[in-house]
Amino acid sequence: MSDTPVGETTAPEPLTDQPAGGAVRRLVQSGVRLFRVTEVDPRLLGMLAALVVIWLLFNVLSGGTFLTPRNLWNLSVQTAVVAIMATGMVLVIVTRNIDLSVGSMLGMIGMAIAILQNEILPRWLGFDHWVIWIIAVVAALLIGAVVGAFQGAIVAYVGVPSFIVTLGGLLVWGGARWALSSGRTIAPMDATFQLFGGGARGSLGAELSWVIGVLGCVGVVAMLWNGRRQRRRFQFPLRPMWAEIFLGIVACAAIIGSITMLNRYFKPPTLAEGATDVAFGLAYPVLITLAVALAVTFVANRTRFGRYVYAIGGNPEAAELGGINTRWMIVRTFMLMGILVAIAAIVQVARLNAATSGLGTLAELYVIAAAVIGGTSFSGGIGTIPGAVLGALVMQSLQSGMVLMGVDAPIQDIVVGIVLVVAVAIDTAYRRRVAR
Amino acid sequence: MRKIRTIALVSILALLFAACGGDDTESTETTETTAASVDEGITVGVSWNNYNEERWARWDEPAIKEALDAAGATYISTDAGSSAEQQLADVENLIAQGADALIILAQDGTAILPAVQSALDQGIPVIAYDRLIENPGTLYITFDNIGVGKLMAEVIFEQVPTGNYIIIKGNQADANADFLRDGIEQVIGAAVSAGDITIVGETYTDNWDGAIAQTHTEQFLTQANNDVQAVISENDGMATGVVAALEAQGLAGTVPVSGQDGDQTALNRVALGTQSVSVWKDARQLGKAAGEAAVALANGTALGSVAGVVQFDSPGGNSMTSILLTPLAITRDNLDLVLDAGWITKDALCANVEAGTVAVCD
Repeated sequence: MSDTPVGETTAPEPLTDQPAGGAVRRLVQSGVRLFRVTEVDPRLLGMLAALVVIWLLFNVLSGGTFLTPRNLWNLSVQTAVVAIMATGMVLVIVTRNIDLSVGSMLGMIGMAIAILQNEILPRWLGFDHWVIWIIAVVAALLIGAVVGAFQGAIVAYVGVPSFIVTLGGLLVWGGARWALSSGRTIAPMDATFQLFGGGARGSLGAELSWVIGVLGCVGVVAMLWNGRRQRRRFQFPLRPMWAEIFLGIVACAAIIGSITMLNRYFKPPTLAEGATDVAFGLAYPVLITLAVALAVTFVANRTRFGRYVYAIGGNPEAAELGGINTRWMIVRTFMLMGILVAIAAIVQVARLNAATSGLGTLAELYVIAAAVIGGTSFSGGIGTIPGAVLGALVMQSLQSGMVLMGVDAPIQDIVVGIVLVVAVAIDTAYRRRVAR
Repeated sequence: MRKIRTIALVSILALLFAACGGDDTESTETTETTAASVDEGITVGVSWNNYNEERWARWDEPAIKEALDAAGATYISTDAGSSAEQQLADVENLIAQGADALIILAQDGTAILPAVQSALDQGIPVIAYDRLIENPGTLYITFDNIGVGKLMAEVIFEQVPTGNYIIIKGNQADANADFLRDGIEQVIGAAVSAGDITIVGETYTDNWDGAIAQTHTEQFLTQANNDVQAVISENDGMATGVVAALEAQGLAGTVPVSGQDGDQTALNRVALGTQSVSVWKDARQLGKAAGEAAVALANGTALGSVAGVVQFDSPGGNSMTSILLTPLAITRDNLDLVLDAGWITKDALCANVEAGTVAVCD
């Protein structure tokens, strides 16, 4: 994505003899060299650039509200549910499958654990017993894993295309969600469980957020250090030292910057016993999202399962002939998706502090869109987890920004739809250029 | 269908027994009295589209029956089991059984038209129950959706005559969202143009989804820097999201929120004070009105002379004679209404409510 403007500006430049043009060209070229040397994925960088443009644009159009700590905090929480599911959707799409049932499944699981903690468990334990939230979370994860594995097994062992299996799932789990509640809204949730959704109490506060930030920073440095050591050990080409330091500084600055921003959003005095300087800090749903994204990235890049998933996506026949138990890998992919849907359901229900009969409707479309905007290819084998999280953030930025501007819902849908197609078009064009 | 067969069978048997009865004088007497009761008593036929839906059996039918009993009329009914074709046959059956007036809950307001026309041609009045049938000869009885919007806005407007409002509308594809908005406008429109009320955020909500309403409210609160005095939400499901967003800012309970449907959780919020009003459509009110109107029509009252009728311009371009019932605005002061009606249990209504705050919960 970022390469495209470079190519366009450099091509006509030789015709002009202006020194300014030459300077710009030199600057751009050294920029390109920087990406090459640091080995940063230019597509990810392109998305970050697009995000920055969107943010700046909305900040101007919303009269300076968009880039306030409060709105960025909102944005981080609002993105969580879709981002969590999008990380799993990447792997599903990478294996050349699709999961259309995630929205309905989220609704069904959400409704089930809402009823569990609001109606069933309190009968024996009373309301807000300390064990209720644990049972609810475990139940959600179990249902998610079983349902996901079940759908995956039909895809892998019976051979029904995933589009059909999960389309069926969309209807079945949607119906199950309704059957569980007969159209009622279930509320409120367990007091501890509510923390998973953010809200007034569901964030870390300033000090712990700093701890997380510093830990993140240390983690990045350790990763760079370890990576360098491994490369040396296997005699891979090393990045120049200045590039390593540059990467470390940029990543640390981003982490510390985000934490600073979130810590500058203070609780309203009514929530902080009159004090005006109590910060929200990192919200629990955001913390969960980060943990999920890290874990799934690790699974995708550093485990045998992850390697197999990408191998299957790249060439299913070759993977099978290479001795990979492709069917079992598909089942595990769908099972992972189910577990992530369960985590998203926990966050969603806790955040709304209720399970409504329409819970999760159309969420599958946003999840798939986030994965695809994040560079996941429907032809299989290609897609990154950070990309999907960024994709979710881009989409939520568009929606939240337009609400700030007072743009009504139908127009929001139009804009998001267009952005989806344009993003994928740019991505496809870029990939074709690189392939040539 | 089974009901009709049983009734038919029983009446045939009864006729046979009567015919076989011993003494001549006795049998003439019985025939006379039966004939007299048929002449005097009115029979009202109700065609349900799908009796399996809980609501009709639990709330509507008893109310219709009660109204008919009070007038000394007889209740007969059929169930079409969600089949438009079946309902055509059902209506004919009801006429054949001697219905003097019909109440039809249409499965398909268009498919039912031939049967309705045929009934009207035979001089049998037809009431379109809750769902519109596009035939100006019918009496349309339903709740007034514009009225729902008016009611919710009135409660909020009374509490907050000046200030910043957020309006959370329903799905843009649902005409009801706009009907409700019209009703809201009738109440606050003047104050908005006078500058007393500023609408700091207004949006439709896909699928009337509470989670989307929550995000929208968060954004509006952010843009207004929490300087919001009231939120009008067009239903209870979205109010769930609105209240969650307000709660995260410590504003729940201080900013009035509206809703409709009489959802259990919403009524609980009304008791807790985090929602000001839930407009409730009492199905029994609808049944009662339909029963009374059916008796009046069967007794020969002209369509336009039935008590409480107004003209309503239907989407199909007909001027429908209608009874548009006013729903009830349930606030903290009249929670006893939903409790007494058996609409909600005291446990559900009063969950987490502090003692001494709401009278009905003590």
